[in-house]
Amino acid sequence: MKKPVEIRWHGRGGQGAKTACLLLADAAFSSGKYVQGFPEYGPERMGAPITAYNRISDERCTVHSNIYNPDYVVVVDETLLESVNVTAGLSNEGAIIINTEKTPEEIRPMLNGYSGKVCTIDARRISEETLGKNFPNTPMLAAAVKVSGVVEPNRFVSDMKASFQHKFSTKPQVIEGNMNALAKSMREVQIG
Amino acid sequence: MAKRDRLSGNEAVAYAMKQIDPDVMGAFPITPSTEIPQYFAQYVANGEVNTEYVTVESEHSSMSTCIGAEAAGARAVTATSSCGLALMWELLYVASSSRLPVTLACVNRALSGPININNDHSDSMGARDAGWIQIYAENNQEAYDNYLQAMPIGENPAVRLPVMVCQDGFITSHAVENIELCDDADVKNFVGTYEPEHYLLKHDNPLAVGPYGVSPYYMDAKMGQVEAMKNAKEVILAVGKKFGEMTGRSYGFFETYQLEDAESAVLLIGSSAGTARATVDKLRAQGKKVGMLKLRVFRPFPAEELAAALEHLKALAILDKAESFSNAGGPLGAEVRGALYDLDHHPKTINYVYGLGGRDFRVQDCETIFNALDEIIRTGNTGARYRHLGQRE
Repeated sequence: MKKPVEIRWHGRGGQGAKTACLLLADAAFSSGKYVQGFPEYGPERMGAPITAYNRISDERCTVHSNIYNPDYVVVVDETLLESVNVTAGLSNEGAIIINTEKTPEEIRPMLNGYSGKVCTIDARRISEETLGKNFPNTPMLAAAVKVSGVVEPNRFVSDMKASFQHKFSTKPQVIEGNMNALAKSMREVQIG
Repeated sequence: MAKRDRLSGNEAVAYAMKQIDPDVMGAFPITPSTEIPQYFAQYVANGEVNTEYVTVESEHSSMSTCIGAEAAGARAVTATSSCGLALMWELLYVASSSRLPVTLACVNRALSGPININNDHSDSMGARDAGWIQIYAENNQEAYDNYLQAMPIGENPAVRLPVMVCQDGFITSHAVENIELCDDADVKNFVGTYEPEHYLLKHDNPLAVGPYGVSPYYMDAKMGQVEAMKNAKEVILAVGKKFGEMTGRSYGFFETYQLEDAESAVLLIGSSAGTARATVDKLRAQGKKVGMLKLRVFRPFPAEELAAALEHLKALAILDKAESFSNAGGPLGAEVRGALYDLDHHPKTINYVYGLGGRDFRVQDCETIFNALDEIIRTGNTGARYRHLGQRE
Protein backbone atom coordinates (compact mmCIF):
# COMPACT_ATOMS: atom_id res chain seq x y z
CA MET A 1 0.00 0.00 0.00
CA LYS A 2 1.20 3.49 -0.84
CA LYS A 3 1.94 5.46 2.31
CA PRO A 4 -0.91 7.82 3.22
CA VAL A 5 -0.27 11.55 3.44
CA GLU A 6 -0.03 12.31 7.16
CA ILE A 7 -0.78 15.73 8.66
CA ARG A 8 -0.46 16.89 12.26
CA TRP A 9 -2.30 19.94 13.60
CA HIS A 10 -1.19 21.91 16.66
CA GLY A 11 -3.57 24.38 18.24
CA ARG A 12 -5.08 25.45 21.50
CA GLY A 13 -8.43 24.27 22.83
CA GLY A 14 -11.19 26.51 21.44
CA GLN A 15 -9.34 27.73 18.31
CA GLY A 16 -10.87 25.20 15.97
CA ALA A 17 -7.81 23.09 15.08
CA LYS A 18 -9.89 19.93 15.48
CA THR A 19 -12.66 21.43 13.33
CA ALA A 20 -10.15 22.36 10.62
CA CYS A 21 -8.76 18.82 10.75
CA LEU A 22 -12.25 17.36 10.33
CA LEU A 23 -13.03 19.82 7.51
CA LEU A 24 -9.89 18.67 5.69
CA ALA A 25 -11.06 15.05 6.12
CA ASP A 26 -14.43 16.14 4.68
CA ALA A 27 -12.81 17.83 1.69
CA ALA A 28 -10.56 14.84 0.97
CA PHE A 29 -13.51 12.45 1.34
CA SER A 30 -15.49 14.53 -1.17
CA SER A 31 -12.65 14.18 -3.67
CA GLY A 32 -12.83 10.39 -3.37
CA LYS A 33 -10.09 9.66 -0.84
CA TYR A 34 -9.99 7.44 2.22
CA VAL A 35 -9.61 9.66 5.25
CA GLN A 36 -8.92 9.70 8.94
CA GLY A 37 -9.41 12.83 11.05
CA PHE A 38 -9.04 12.56 14.80
CA PRO A 39 -8.11 14.68 17.81
CA GLU A 40 -5.81 13.86 20.71
CA TYR A 41 -7.10 15.30 23.96
CA GLY A 42 -5.35 15.91 27.22
CA PRO A 43 -7.23 17.59 30.04
CA GLU A 44 -10.17 19.37 28.36
CA ARG A 45 -9.89 23.10 28.82
CA MET A 46 -9.82 26.26 26.71
CA GLY A 47 -6.32 27.31 25.73
CA ALA A 48 -4.57 23.99 26.48
CA PRO A 49 -2.40 22.66 23.62
CA ILE A 50 -4.26 20.10 21.51
CA THR A 51 -3.16 17.95 18.62
CA ALA A 52 -5.25 16.61 15.75
CA TYR A 53 -4.31 14.31 12.90
CA ASN A 54 -5.22 13.46 9.31
CA ARG A 55 -4.33 10.46 7.20
CA ILE A 56 -5.39 10.73 3.57
CA SER A 57 -4.90 7.88 1.10
CA ASP A 58 -6.25 6.01 -1.90
CA GLU A 59 -6.92 2.83 0.14
CA ARG A 60 -8.36 2.46 3.64
CA CYS A 61 -5.59 2.95 6.18
CA THR A 62 -6.03 0.62 9.17
CA VAL A 63 -3.34 2.08 11.43
CA HIS A 64 -5.01 3.75 14.40
CA SER A 65 -2.05 5.21 16.25
CA ASN A 66 -1.19 8.89 16.47
CA ILE A 67 1.13 10.32 13.80
CA TYR A 68 4.83 10.59 14.67
CA ASN A 69 6.40 11.23 11.25
CA PRO A 70 4.02 13.61 9.51
CA ASP A 71 4.46 14.89 5.98
CA TYR A 72 2.95 18.23 7.00
CA VAL A 73 2.49 20.12 10.25
CA VAL A 74 -0.02 22.97 10.70
CA VAL A 75 0.44 25.34 13.64
CA VAL A 76 -2.73 27.31 14.35
CA ASP A 77 -1.23 29.25 17.28
CA GLU A 78 2.24 30.78 16.93
CA THR A 79 2.82 30.83 20.71
CA LEU A 80 3.02 27.04 20.65
CA LEU A 81 6.44 27.34 18.99
CA GLU A 82 7.82 28.22 22.45
CA SER A 83 6.34 25.25 24.30
CA VAL A 84 5.74 22.39 21.83
CA ASN A 85 8.34 20.73 19.58
CA VAL A 86 6.14 21.18 16.52
CA THR A 87 8.70 19.87 14.01
CA ALA A 88 9.21 16.55 15.91
CA GLY A 89 9.43 13.77 13.32
CA LEU A 90 8.38 16.09 10.47
CA SER A 91 9.58 14.94 7.04
CA ASN A 92 12.16 17.23 5.41
CA GLU A 93 10.38 16.50 2.10
CA GLY A 94 7.23 18.03 3.57
CA ALA A 95 6.38 21.42 5.06
CA ILE A 96 5.32 23.27 8.18
CA ILE A 97 2.56 25.88 7.89
CA ILE A 98 2.37 28.49 10.65
CA ASN A 99 -0.21 31.13 11.53
CA THR A 100 1.96 34.25 11.95
CA GLU A 101 2.56 37.79 10.70
CA LYS A 102 6.20 36.86 10.17
CA THR A 103 7.84 35.73 6.94
CA PRO A 104 9.22 32.19 6.47
CA GLU A 105 12.77 33.62 6.79
CA GLU A 106 11.93 35.16 10.17
CA ILE A 107 10.28 31.96 11.46
CA ARG A 108 12.83 29.39 10.29
CA PRO A 109 15.37 30.09 13.09
CA MET A 110 12.67 29.17 15.63
CA LEU A 111 12.23 25.66 14.20
CA ASN A 112 15.11 23.66 15.67
CA GLY A 113 17.00 23.44 12.39
CA TYR A 114 14.10 22.07 10.34
CA SER A 115 15.30 22.03 6.72
CA GLY A 116 12.03 21.42 4.82
CA LYS A 117 9.65 24.05 3.50
CA VAL A 118 8.50 26.71 5.96
CA CYS A 119 5.21 28.38 5.07
CA THR A 120 3.56 31.29 6.83
CA ILE A 121 0.11 32.79 6.66
CA ASP A 122 -1.39 35.65 8.65
CA ALA A 123 -4.62 33.80 9.39
CA ARG A 124 -5.60 36.18 12.15
CA ARG A 125 -5.56 39.24 9.86
CA ILE A 126 -7.31 37.39 7.04
CA SER A 127 -9.99 36.16 9.42
CA GLU A 128 -10.51 39.62 10.89
CA GLU A 129 -10.73 41.17 7.40
CA THR A 130 -13.15 38.61 5.98
CA LEU A 131 -15.13 37.40 9.00
CA GLY A 132 -14.71 40.33 11.38
CA LYS A 133 -13.38 38.02 14.11
CA ASN A 134 -10.36 35.86 14.83
CA PHE A 135 -11.36 32.39 13.57
CA PRO A 136 -8.02 31.23 12.20
CA ASN A 137 -9.06 27.71 11.25
CA THR A 138 -10.65 28.45 7.87
CA PRO A 139 -7.59 30.28 6.47
CA MET A 140 -5.28 27.65 8.01
CA LEU A 141 -7.24 24.88 6.31
CA ALA A 142 -6.96 26.66 2.95
CA ALA A 143 -3.21 27.18 3.39
CA ALA A 144 -2.77 23.49 4.32
CA VAL A 145 -4.60 22.42 1.16
CA LYS A 146 -2.59 24.81 -1.03
CA VAL A 147 0.77 23.69 0.36
CA SER A 148 0.10 19.95 0.65
CA GLY A 149 -1.93 19.49 -2.53
CA VAL A 150 -3.85 16.62 -0.88
CA VAL A 151 -6.99 17.97 -2.51
CA GLU A 152 -7.10 19.68 -5.90
CA PRO A 153 -7.55 23.42 -5.05
CA ASN A 154 -10.49 24.23 -7.38
CA ARG A 155 -12.32 21.13 -6.28
CA PHE A 156 -11.61 22.09 -2.68
CA VAL A 157 -13.10 25.56 -3.09
CA SER A 158 -16.32 24.26 -4.66
CA ASP A 159 -16.67 21.48 -2.06
CA MET A 160 -16.13 23.93 0.76
CA LYS A 161 -18.82 26.20 -0.61
CA ALA A 162 -21.30 23.34 -0.49
CA SER A 163 -20.08 22.39 2.97
CA PHE A 164 -20.47 25.97 4.33
CA GLN A 165 -23.92 26.27 2.75
CA HIS A 166 -24.90 23.14 4.65
CA LYS A 167 -23.15 24.04 7.90
CA PHE A 168 -24.33 27.64 8.00
CA SER A 169 -27.82 27.15 6.55
CA THR A 170 -29.26 29.18 9.44
CA LYS A 171 -26.73 32.03 9.08
CA PRO A 172 -25.98 32.42 5.36
CA GLN A 173 -24.33 35.80 5.98
CA VAL A 174 -21.12 34.08 7.10
CA ILE A 175 -20.77 31.90 3.99
CA GLU A 176 -19.33 34.66 1.80
CA GLY A 177 -16.87 35.69 4.50
CA ASN A 178 -15.62 32.14 4.89
CA MET A 179 -15.25 31.73 1.12
CA ASN A 180 -13.31 35.01 0.95
CA ALA A 181 -11.10 33.79 3.80
CA LEU A 182 -10.30 30.61 1.86
CA ALA A 183 -9.49 32.45 -1.36
CA LYS A 184 -7.38 35.10 0.36
CA SER A 185 -5.42 32.52 2.33
CA MET A 186 -4.64 30.46 -0.76
CA ARG A 187 -3.34 33.62 -2.48
CA GLU A 188 -1.33 34.94 0.44
CA VAL A 189 0.38 31.87 1.93
CA GLN A 190 4.15 32.39 1.72
CA ILE A 191 6.24 29.37 0.86
CA GLY A 192 9.87 29.64 1.89
CA MET B 1 -28.55 1.35 -2.09
CA ALA B 2 -25.86 1.65 0.54
CA LYS B 3 -24.58 5.17 1.06
CA ARG B 4 -20.91 6.11 1.35
CA ASP B 5 -20.23 8.68 4.02
CA ARG B 6 -17.63 9.76 6.55
CA LEU B 7 -18.58 9.63 10.20
CA SER B 8 -16.96 9.28 13.58
CA GLY B 9 -17.72 6.16 15.63
CA ASN B 10 -20.12 8.10 17.85
CA GLU B 11 -21.93 9.59 14.83
CA ALA B 12 -22.16 6.12 13.30
CA VAL B 13 -23.81 4.64 16.41
CA ALA B 14 -26.20 7.60 16.78
CA TYR B 15 -27.13 7.17 13.11
CA ALA B 16 -27.76 3.45 13.61
CA MET B 17 -30.00 4.32 16.57
CA LYS B 18 -31.91 6.79 14.41
CA GLN B 19 -32.44 4.17 11.71
CA ILE B 20 -33.69 1.69 14.33
CA ASP B 21 -35.89 4.28 16.09
CA PRO B 22 -36.02 2.53 19.50
CA ASP B 23 -38.94 3.11 21.89
CA VAL B 24 -36.91 4.53 24.79
CA MET B 25 -33.48 6.01 25.39
CA GLY B 26 -32.09 6.52 28.88
CA ALA B 27 -29.69 9.43 28.37
CA PHE B 28 -26.86 10.63 30.56
CA PRO B 29 -23.62 12.12 29.21
CA ILE B 30 -20.07 11.01 29.95
CA THR B 31 -16.92 11.51 27.85
CA PRO B 32 -16.25 10.02 25.30
CA SER B 33 -19.77 8.63 24.74
CA THR B 34 -21.54 12.00 25.25
CA GLU B 35 -21.94 12.65 21.53
CA ILE B 36 -24.22 9.61 21.14
CA PRO B 37 -27.10 10.98 23.27
CA GLN B 38 -26.18 14.48 21.99
CA TYR B 39 -26.60 13.60 18.29
CA PHE B 40 -29.61 11.45 19.08
CA ALA B 41 -31.26 14.35 20.94
CA GLN B 42 -31.17 16.30 17.66
CA TYR B 43 -33.00 13.48 15.88
CA VAL B 44 -35.59 13.55 18.67
CA ALA B 45 -35.90 17.36 18.48
CA ASN B 46 -36.26 17.24 14.69
CA GLY B 47 -39.01 14.65 14.94
CA GLU B 48 -36.93 12.13 12.96
CA VAL B 49 -37.52 9.42 15.57
CA ASN B 50 -40.40 8.54 17.87
CA THR B 51 -38.19 7.63 20.82
CA GLU B 52 -39.12 8.60 24.37
CA TYR B 53 -35.90 10.40 25.30
CA VAL B 54 -35.53 10.23 29.09
CA THR B 55 -32.91 12.57 30.55
CA VAL B 56 -31.90 11.34 33.98
CA GLU B 57 -29.55 12.38 36.76
CA SER B 58 -27.08 9.48 36.61
CA GLU B 59 -26.12 6.31 34.78
CA HIS B 60 -27.68 4.28 37.57
CA SER B 61 -30.94 5.87 36.48
CA SER B 62 -30.35 5.61 32.73
CA MET B 63 -29.91 1.84 33.08
CA SER B 64 -32.90 1.69 35.43
CA THR B 65 -34.93 3.54 32.79
CA CYS B 66 -33.92 0.95 30.20
CA ILE B 67 -34.79 -1.90 32.56
CA GLY B 68 -38.22 -0.44 33.33
CA ALA B 69 -38.94 0.17 29.66
CA GLU B 70 -37.79 -3.29 28.56
CA ALA B 71 -39.80 -4.94 31.35
CA ALA B 72 -42.84 -3.08 30.06
CA GLY B 73 -42.22 -4.58 26.61
CA ALA B 74 -40.41 -1.68 24.94
CA ARG B 75 -37.09 -1.60 23.11
CA ALA B 76 -34.61 0.47 25.13
CA VAL B 77 -31.10 1.78 24.50
CA THR B 78 -28.43 3.78 26.29
CA ALA B 79 -24.79 4.78 25.91
CA THR B 80 -22.01 5.23 28.42
CA SER B 81 -18.30 5.01 29.25
CA SER B 82 -15.93 4.31 32.11
CA CYS B 83 -17.26 5.50 35.49
CA GLY B 84 -20.73 5.72 33.97
CA LEU B 85 -20.65 1.98 33.32
CA ALA B 86 -19.28 1.45 36.81
CA LEU B 87 -22.23 3.34 38.28
CA MET B 88 -24.57 1.03 36.33
CA TRP B 89 -22.93 -2.06 37.82
CA GLU B 90 -25.78 -3.18 40.05
CA LEU B 91 -28.32 -2.70 37.28
CA LEU B 92 -26.28 -4.52 34.64
CA TYR B 93 -26.90 -7.72 36.60
CA VAL B 94 -30.60 -6.86 37.01
CA ALA B 95 -30.99 -6.39 33.24
CA SER B 96 -29.32 -9.68 32.35
CA SER B 97 -30.95 -11.78 35.10
CA SER B 98 -34.37 -10.33 34.26
CA ARG B 99 -33.58 -11.35 30.66
CA LEU B 100 -34.16 -7.86 29.28
CA PRO B 101 -32.38 -7.26 25.97
CA VAL B 102 -31.24 -3.67 26.55
CA THR B 103 -28.70 -2.41 24.00
CA LEU B 104 -25.84 -0.41 25.50
CA ALA B 105 -23.31 1.46 23.35
CA CYS B 106 -20.15 1.32 25.46
CA VAL B 107 -17.44 3.75 24.37
CA ASN B 108 -14.49 2.24 26.18
CA ARG B 109 -12.56 4.52 28.50
CA ALA B 110 -10.20 3.93 31.43
CA LEU B 111 -11.65 3.78 34.92
CA SER B 112 -10.45 6.31 37.49
CA GLY B 113 -7.94 6.78 39.03
CA PRO B 114 -5.92 8.62 38.26
CA ILE B 115 -8.81 10.20 36.39
CA ASN B 116 -8.31 9.78 32.66
CA ILE B 117 -10.65 10.24 29.70
CA ASN B 118 -8.81 8.06 27.19
CA ASN B 119 -9.24 4.55 25.94
CA ASP B 120 -8.66 1.19 27.50
CA HIS B 121 -10.98 -1.72 28.20
CA SER B 122 -11.06 -1.64 31.99
CA ASP B 123 -14.71 -0.54 32.06
CA SER B 124 -16.28 -3.31 29.98
CA MET B 125 -13.76 -5.96 31.08
CA GLY B 126 -14.79 -5.21 34.64
CA ALA B 127 -18.38 -5.97 33.60
CA ARG B 128 -17.46 -9.24 31.92
CA ASP B 129 -19.25 -11.38 34.53
CA ALA B 130 -22.48 -9.32 34.45
CA GLY B 131 -24.18 -11.67 32.01
CA TRP B 132 -24.16 -9.30 29.05
CA ILE B 133 -23.20 -10.21 25.53
CA GLN B 134 -20.12 -8.14 24.61
CA ILE B 135 -19.21 -7.30 21.01
CA TYR B 136 -16.18 -5.13 20.18
CA ALA B 137 -15.47 -3.01 17.09
CA GLU B 138 -12.20 -2.21 15.32
CA ASN B 139 -13.44 0.98 13.63
CA ASN B 140 -16.49 3.15 12.91
CA GLN B 141 -17.84 0.71 10.30
CA GLU B 142 -17.80 -2.17 12.76
CA ALA B 143 -19.31 -0.03 15.52
CA TYR B 144 -22.21 0.69 13.16
CA ASP B 145 -22.51 -2.87 11.86
CA ASN B 146 -22.31 -4.41 15.35
CA TYR B 147 -24.96 -2.02 16.62
CA LEU B 148 -27.37 -3.09 13.88
CA GLN B 149 -26.81 -6.74 14.83
CA ALA B 150 -27.23 -6.26 18.59
CA MET B 151 -31.04 -6.39 18.74
CA PRO B 152 -31.54 -9.37 16.42
CA ILE B 153 -29.07 -11.21 18.71
CA GLY B 154 -30.23 -10.05 22.14
CA GLU B 155 -33.97 -10.12 21.42
CA ASN B 156 -33.91 -13.61 19.89
CA PRO B 157 -36.30 -15.74 22.05
CA ALA B 158 -33.54 -18.33 22.58
CA VAL B 159 -31.24 -15.61 23.95
CA ARG B 160 -33.09 -12.68 25.57
CA LEU B 161 -29.95 -11.07 26.95
CA PRO B 162 -28.70 -7.48 27.01
CA VAL B 163 -25.95 -6.56 24.56
CA MET B 164 -22.99 -4.24 25.06
CA VAL B 165 -21.66 -2.88 21.76
CA CYS B 166 -18.16 -1.61 22.46
CA GLN B 167 -15.86 0.74 20.56
CA ASP B 168 -12.60 2.41 21.59
CA GLY B 169 -13.02 5.85 23.13
CA PHE B 170 -11.57 8.71 21.03
CA ILE B 171 -9.55 6.35 18.79
CA THR B 172 -12.79 5.16 17.20
CA SER B 173 -15.51 7.31 18.77
CA HIS B 174 -13.96 10.64 17.72
CA ALA B 175 -12.15 9.59 14.53
CA VAL B 176 -13.87 10.46 11.27
CA GLU B 177 -13.34 7.75 8.68
CA ASN B 178 -15.07 6.48 5.56
CA ILE B 179 -18.13 4.35 6.23
CA GLU B 180 -20.83 2.57 4.28
CA LEU B 181 -24.35 3.07 5.65
CA CYS B 182 -27.37 0.88 5.00
CA ASP B 183 -30.71 2.10 3.71
CA ASP B 184 -33.27 2.93 6.38
CA ALA B 185 -35.69 0.36 4.97
CA ASP B 186 -33.03 -2.37 5.01
CA VAL B 187 -32.19 -1.56 8.62
CA LYS B 188 -35.85 -1.64 9.66
CA ASN B 189 -36.27 -4.96 7.90
CA PHE B 190 -33.08 -6.43 9.37
CA VAL B 191 -33.66 -5.31 12.95
CA GLY B 192 -37.43 -5.93 12.87
CA THR B 193 -39.89 -4.91 15.56
CA TYR B 194 -39.54 -6.09 19.13
CA GLU B 195 -42.39 -8.38 20.08
CA PRO B 196 -41.56 -10.03 23.40
CA GLU B 197 -43.59 -13.07 24.36
CA HIS B 198 -44.05 -11.92 27.96
CA TYR B 199 -43.88 -8.48 29.49
CA LEU B 200 -45.03 -6.54 32.50
CA LEU B 201 -47.88 -4.67 30.85
CA LYS B 202 -49.29 -7.53 28.79
CA HIS B 203 -52.97 -7.25 29.60
CA ASP B 204 -54.05 -10.87 29.17
CA ASN B 205 -50.99 -12.42 30.82
CA PRO B 206 -49.18 -9.95 33.09
CA LEU B 207 -45.73 -10.87 34.33
CA ALA B 208 -43.81 -10.20 37.53
CA VAL B 209 -40.33 -8.84 36.89
CA GLY B 210 -37.56 -8.93 39.47
CA PRO B 211 -39.14 -10.98 42.28
CA TYR B 212 -37.03 -12.39 45.11
CA GLY B 213 -35.16 -15.55 44.10
CA VAL B 214 -35.19 -17.94 47.01
CA SER B 215 -32.37 -20.47 47.25
CA PRO B 216 -34.35 -23.31 45.68
CA TYR B 217 -34.81 -21.13 42.54
CA TYR B 218 -31.90 -18.65 42.36
CA MET B 219 -29.41 -21.08 40.86
CA ASP B 220 -31.93 -22.25 38.29
CA ALA B 221 -32.41 -18.65 37.19
CA LYS B 222 -28.63 -18.42 36.76
CA MET B 223 -28.68 -21.65 34.74
CA GLY B 224 -31.25 -19.99 32.50
CA GLN B 225 -28.73 -17.22 31.82
CA VAL B 226 -26.00 -19.79 31.20
CA GLU B 227 -28.20 -21.56 28.69
CA ALA B 228 -29.09 -18.26 27.00
CA MET B 229 -25.42 -17.34 26.67
CA LYS B 230 -24.76 -20.76 25.15
CA ASN B 231 -27.60 -20.28 22.67
CA ALA B 232 -26.27 -16.83 21.83
CA LYS B 233 -23.31 -18.38 20.02
CA GLU B 234 -25.41 -19.88 17.27
CA VAL B 235 -27.57 -16.76 17.01
CA ILE B 236 -24.51 -14.45 16.75
CA LEU B 237 -23.19 -16.51 13.83
CA ALA B 238 -26.57 -16.63 12.09
CA VAL B 239 -27.09 -12.86 12.46
CA GLY B 240 -23.51 -12.14 11.32
CA LYS B 241 -24.07 -14.25 8.21
CA LYS B 242 -27.42 -12.66 7.42
CA PHE B 243 -25.84 -9.21 7.85
CA GLY B 244 -23.21 -10.28 5.31
CA GLU B 245 -25.89 -11.26 2.83
CA MET B 246 -27.35 -7.76 3.14
CA THR B 247 -24.12 -5.72 3.11
CA GLY B 248 -21.26 -7.94 1.92
CA ARG B 249 -19.72 -7.63 5.40
CA SER B 250 -20.08 -10.92 7.31
CA TYR B 251 -19.19 -11.31 10.97
CA GLY B 252 -18.23 -14.21 13.24
CA PHE B 253 -16.79 -14.51 16.75
CA PHE B 254 -13.42 -13.28 15.55
CA GLU B 255 -11.53 -12.31 12.43
CA THR B 256 -8.23 -13.89 11.45
CA TYR B 257 -5.63 -12.21 9.28
CA GLN B 258 -2.79 -14.19 7.67
CA LEU B 259 -3.21 -16.71 10.48
CA GLU B 260 -3.53 -19.99 8.58
CA ASP B 261 0.17 -20.54 7.83
CA ALA B 262 1.50 -18.27 10.57
CA GLU B 263 4.06 -19.45 13.11
CA SER B 264 3.47 -16.57 15.49
CA ALA B 265 0.49 -14.27 16.02
CA VAL B 266 -1.01 -11.58 18.18
CA LEU B 267 -4.53 -11.82 19.60
CA LEU B 268 -6.23 -8.58 20.52
CA ILE B 269 -9.47 -6.59 20.71
CA GLY B 270 -10.58 -3.30 19.15
CA SER B 271 -8.89 -0.52 17.19
CA SER B 272 -5.37 -1.86 17.79
CA ALA B 273 -6.24 -4.72 15.45
CA GLY B 274 -5.98 -2.31 12.51
CA THR B 275 -2.48 -1.33 13.58
CA ALA B 276 -1.59 -5.02 14.03
CA ARG B 277 -2.90 -5.73 10.52
CA ALA B 278 -0.54 -3.10 9.07
CA THR B 279 2.31 -4.63 11.10
CA VAL B 280 1.53 -8.11 9.75
CA ASP B 281 1.62 -6.69 6.20
CA LYS B 282 4.99 -5.09 6.87
CA LEU B 283 6.52 -8.26 8.35
CA ARG B 284 4.97 -10.56 5.73
CA ALA B 285 6.68 -8.39 3.09
CA GLN B 286 9.94 -9.33 4.84
CA GLY B 287 9.01 -13.02 4.56
CA LYS B 288 8.02 -13.52 8.21
CA LYS B 289 5.20 -15.96 8.94
CA VAL B 290 3.12 -13.79 11.23
CA GLY B 291 -0.62 -13.40 11.70
CA MET B 292 -3.32 -11.77 13.77
CA LEU B 293 -6.57 -12.74 15.44
CA LYS B 294 -9.02 -10.00 16.36
CA LEU B 295 -11.59 -11.07 18.91
CA ARG B 296 -15.01 -9.53 18.21
CA VAL B 297 -17.20 -11.42 20.67
CA PHE B 298 -15.84 -11.68 24.22
CA ARG B 299 -19.16 -12.78 25.79
CA PRO B 300 -20.09 -15.50 25.02
CA PHE B 301 -16.42 -16.52 24.92
CA PRO B 302 -15.72 -18.67 21.84
CA ALA B 303 -13.25 -20.97 23.60
CA GLU B 304 -13.38 -24.04 21.33
CA GLU B 305 -13.30 -21.97 18.15
CA LEU B 306 -10.30 -19.97 19.38
CA ALA B 307 -8.44 -23.14 20.36
CA ALA B 308 -8.99 -24.57 16.87
CA ALA B 309 -7.80 -21.37 15.18
CA LEU B 310 -4.68 -20.99 17.34
CA GLU B 311 -3.60 -24.63 17.80
CA HIS B 312 -1.03 -24.67 14.98
CA LEU B 313 0.93 -21.63 16.18
CA LYS B 314 4.38 -21.91 17.72
CA ALA B 315 4.03 -18.73 19.77
CA LEU B 316 1.15 -16.41 20.59
CA ALA B 317 0.97 -13.01 22.27
CA ILE B 318 -2.36 -12.13 23.91
CA LEU B 319 -2.86 -8.37 24.32
CA ASP B 320 -4.99 -7.03 27.15
CA LYS B 321 -6.06 -3.38 27.28
CA ALA B 322 -7.05 -3.86 30.91
CA GLU B 323 -5.08 -4.70 34.03
CA SER B 324 -6.68 -7.14 36.44
CA PHE B 325 -3.99 -7.07 39.17
CA SER B 326 -3.99 -10.84 39.36
CA ASN B 327 -0.19 -10.81 39.13
CA ALA B 328 -0.62 -13.44 36.40
CA GLY B 329 -1.98 -11.48 33.42
CA GLY B 330 -5.04 -9.70 32.11
CA PRO B 331 -8.60 -11.00 31.62
CA LEU B 332 -8.20 -11.89 27.94
CA GLY B 333 -4.88 -13.61 28.62
CA ALA B 334 -6.39 -15.77 31.33
CA GLU B 335 -9.36 -16.83 29.20
CA VAL B 336 -7.41 -17.52 26.03
CA ARG B 337 -4.85 -19.57 27.94
CA GLY B 338 -7.74 -21.44 29.55
CA ALA B 339 -9.15 -22.17 26.10
CA LEU B 340 -5.79 -23.56 24.92
CA TYR B 341 -5.05 -25.66 28.01
CA ASP B 342 -6.93 -28.79 26.98
CA LEU B 343 -5.21 -29.02 23.60
CA ASP B 344 -2.57 -31.78 23.32
CA HIS B 345 -0.17 -29.30 21.77
CA HIS B 346 -0.56 -25.61 22.28
CA PRO B 347 1.48 -22.56 21.38
CA LYS B 348 3.77 -20.94 23.89
CA THR B 349 1.92 -17.86 25.10
CA ILE B 350 2.87 -14.50 26.51
CA ASN B 351 0.36 -11.97 27.79
CA TYR B 352 0.91 -8.24 27.39
CA VAL B 353 -1.03 -5.53 29.20
CA TYR B 354 -0.84 -2.44 26.96
CA GLY B 355 -2.49 0.84 26.03
CA LEU B 356 -3.85 1.71 29.48
CA GLY B 357 -5.42 5.18 29.75
CA GLY B 358 -4.86 5.87 26.06
CA ARG B 359 -1.15 4.99 25.83
CA ASP B 360 -0.62 4.78 22.10
CA PHE B 361 -0.14 1.45 20.28
CA ARG B 362 2.03 1.97 17.21
CA VAL B 363 3.22 -0.30 14.41
CA GLN B 364 6.65 -0.32 16.07
CA ASP B 365 5.09 -1.52 19.35
CA CYS B 366 3.46 -4.39 17.54
CA GLU B 367 6.80 -5.19 15.88
CA THR B 368 8.39 -5.37 19.35
CA ILE B 369 5.86 -8.05 20.24
CA PHE B 370 6.53 -10.06 17.08
CA ASN B 371 10.27 -9.80 17.82
CA ALA B 372 9.64 -11.21 21.30
CA LEU B 373 7.68 -14.10 19.74
CA ASP B 374 10.57 -14.72 17.29
CA GLU B 375 12.92 -14.95 20.24
CA ILE B 376 10.66 -17.49 21.96
CA ILE B 377 10.49 -19.66 18.83
CA ARG B 378 14.26 -19.40 18.28
CA THR B 379 15.31 -20.20 21.85
CA GLY B 380 12.41 -22.39 22.97
CA ASN B 381 12.33 -20.31 26.13
CA THR B 382 9.08 -18.43 26.88
CA GLY B 383 10.59 -16.12 29.50
CA ALA B 384 8.21 -13.81 31.35
CA ARG B 385 4.64 -14.83 30.58
CA TYR B 386 3.08 -11.61 31.91
CA ARG B 387 4.51 -8.42 30.48
CA HIS B 388 3.69 -4.74 30.08
CA LEU B 389 4.22 -2.87 26.83
CA GLY B 390 5.73 0.58 26.63
CA GLN B 391 5.75 1.46 30.32
CA ARG B 392 8.53 3.60 31.73
CA GLU B 393 11.23 1.74 33.64
